[in-house]
Amino acid sequence: MRYFESEVIANRQITEDIFVLQVERCGAEAAAGQYYMLKSWDTELTLMRPISIFKAEPDALHFMYRTVGKGTAKMAELKPGDKLKLLGPAGNGYPCDQISGKVAVVGGGVGIPPLCETSKTLQAKGLSVDAYLGFRDVLFAVEDFEPWCSDIFVSTEKGEEGYRGFVTDLLKPENYDVVITCGPEVMMRKVAAMCAETGTTCYCSLEHRMACGIGACLGCSIRTKNGMKRVCKDGPVFLSTDLLW
Amino acid sequence: MNHNVNLAVKVAGVDFKNPLIAASGTFGFGEEYNELYDVGLLGGISSKGLTLHPKDGNEGIRVWETASGMMNSVGLQNPGVEAFIDHGIAQMRHFGNVLIANMGGHSMEDYITGATMLSNADIDMLELNISCPNVKSGGMAFGIKADVAKEVVGEVRKVCAKPLIVKLSPNAENIVDMALACEEAGADALSLVNTFQAMAIDIHKRKPVFNNVYAGLSGAAIKPIALRMVHSVCKKVQVPVIGIGGIYTAEDVLEFVMAGAAAVQIGTVNFNNPLAGADILDDLVHLCQKEGISDINEIRGIC
Ligand SMILES: Cc1cc2nc3c(=O)[nH]c(=O)nc-3n(C[C@H](O)[C@H](O)[C@H](O)COP(=O)(O)OP(=O)(O)OC[C@H]3O[C@@H](n4cnc5c(N)ncnc54)[C@H](O)[C@@H]3O)c2cc1C
Ligand SMILES: Cc1cc2nc3c(=O)[nH]c(=O)nc-3n(C[C@H](O)[C@H](O)[C@H](O)COP(=O)(O)O)c2cc1C
Ligand code: FES
Repeated sequence: MRYFESEVIANRQITEDIFVLQVERCGAEAAAGQYYMLKSWDTELTLMRPISIFKAEPDALHFMYRTVGKGTAKMAELKPGDKLKLLGPAGNGYPCDQISGKVAVVGGGVGIPPLCETSKTLQAKGLSVDAYLGFRDVLFAVEDFEPWCSDIFVSTEKGEEGYRGFVTDLLKPENYDVVITCGPEVMMRKVAAMCAETGTTCYCSLEHRMACGIGACLGCSIRTKNGMKRVCKDGPVFLSTDLLW
Repeated sequence: MNHNVNLAVKVAGVDFKNPLIAASGTFGFGEEYNELYDVGLLGGISSKGLTLHPKDGNEGIRVWETASGMMNSVGLQNPGVEAFIDHGIAQMRHFGNVLIANMGGHSMEDYITGATMLSNADIDMLELNISCPNVKSGGMAFGIKADVAKEVVGEVRKVCAKPLIVKLSPNAENIVDMALACEEAGADALSLVNTFQAMAIDIHKRKPVFNNVYAGLSGAAIKPIALRMVHSVCKKVQVPVIGIGGIYTAEDVLEFVMAGAAAVQIGTVNFNNPLAGADILDDLVHLCQKEGISDINEIRGIC
């Protein structure tokens, strides 16, 4: 984990509110499911913002983010050559080393981006990965999963594209050895409950408000079966069976 | 060493190599930030707020960004005094700077037992956080009424052989009366301020953001008020004062010292810039050179 300045290579708008920020990598290992704390401001905003690794390439890190508030709006203004600060890679990431067999990645909204790097890592290990991607209305990132996934299932809430409804309707955990999920809590709870029924191993990547992002402030603590855990450092990835929700 | 600027200060007989101290609750026990820079560079570290027994802290949202600051309702999640003595101290000793154990409590008995245990342990100073609600007096904080504070500080003083800092809440009825009461009860130093009681509402959910409704405001937003409080307390007490509240820059440090602070603590700024401790220290040396200050002690209380 390092705190460093990096330079923007590109900041592309994908949809009305989804952007992909590409920055210089500057060394450091970065594993699937980890994230960085980002800031492109000085003290106008107090806190850095956690954004997952979408793609980690030898020379560049890619972050896919949705503009929802002040911080992400500032990020959207970044132009090639601009500087920003990064703290990371942070968090535990998915235990890709320990995963074997057939894998499903189940993502919703901006929970989808970290599953791209995860699919790539698992595919590189020789595993077969299917992606289940749930969107509100407009699709994004689907083509980024194509190189790494055997099958891709897509849903939108009103059926503009793909299946009409929730992506969990399409999932059959019994067909998989491991299910990995990231997205809105309601979706992850549903996935976890389905996996509990079939006894399928399920990893969830939690979202939580953070201040320090390195495990010092206890602003992101959650109660688990193994006691209090910091989402920023002990997580964001937890075994669904360790969670109390 | 410091390029001909002396930053060393003494607080209640304890030597600090510089006046920067990491504020309680924002720095854990130093370990995480030490991954990013040598936190031994700081004058000292005040531990995460301890309580006699381990605490899980509050449910619900715990941190919330606000204009020029943030609010927190962590609720003193900590491993308890005993675990701190068994593990935390050795870890903090490693850094080689002043080790301050910060302790809160919900009853007189807890304060006394905890202080006794910590006083016998290998700490340099005890910082007593009297902002916690006193369960017995209906949740009213020890840090609100001067006579209640005086009683708890007096009792802790009796069992504490280590230099005793009392950390004041800005929510005190009268901060100067509070400071005088704590001094009279035997505090060796005062630190101020803790967070300001504040509130945020989620208009979409039509509910307060925090489960406890109110939470503590910190960061740049509170700095001018904190500075005023440090100034007015320094004018009245004899014991050294550690200034806290929205200190983000070397300029802020000099303001607090000119207002009378013997040392300062930095909290929220660590979240904005995880290298803040090292950066402010660096800047402080240069700023002193630029301002023609050869010894930081020479400007203390000049305003
Ligand atoms: C581990 C982790 C990984 C994430 N990865 C991504 C990603 O890859 N792409 C993406 O678009 N978003 C991601 N998020 C969510 C993202 O952090 C928030 O959308 C972002 O912080 C909002 O900042 P803002 O200033 O635009 O919003 P504001 O609402 O103005 O932010 C105010 C404060 O609330 C916090 N906050 C607001 N919404 C969230 C949220 N949903 N989760 C956590 N904190 C929040 C902010 O960090 C900030 O401290 C991730 C969150 C976490 C915890
Ligand atoms: C997340 C967080 C946790 C805190 N926890 C404690 C604590 O456990 N004990 C304590 O005495 N003060 C605690 N504080 C208060 C700080 O030590 C400091 O007094 C306050 O934040 C004002 O300084 P700042 O503006 O530099 O942050 C906490 C502050 C924050 C932001
Ligand atoms: S955000 Fe500070 S401990 Fe997790």
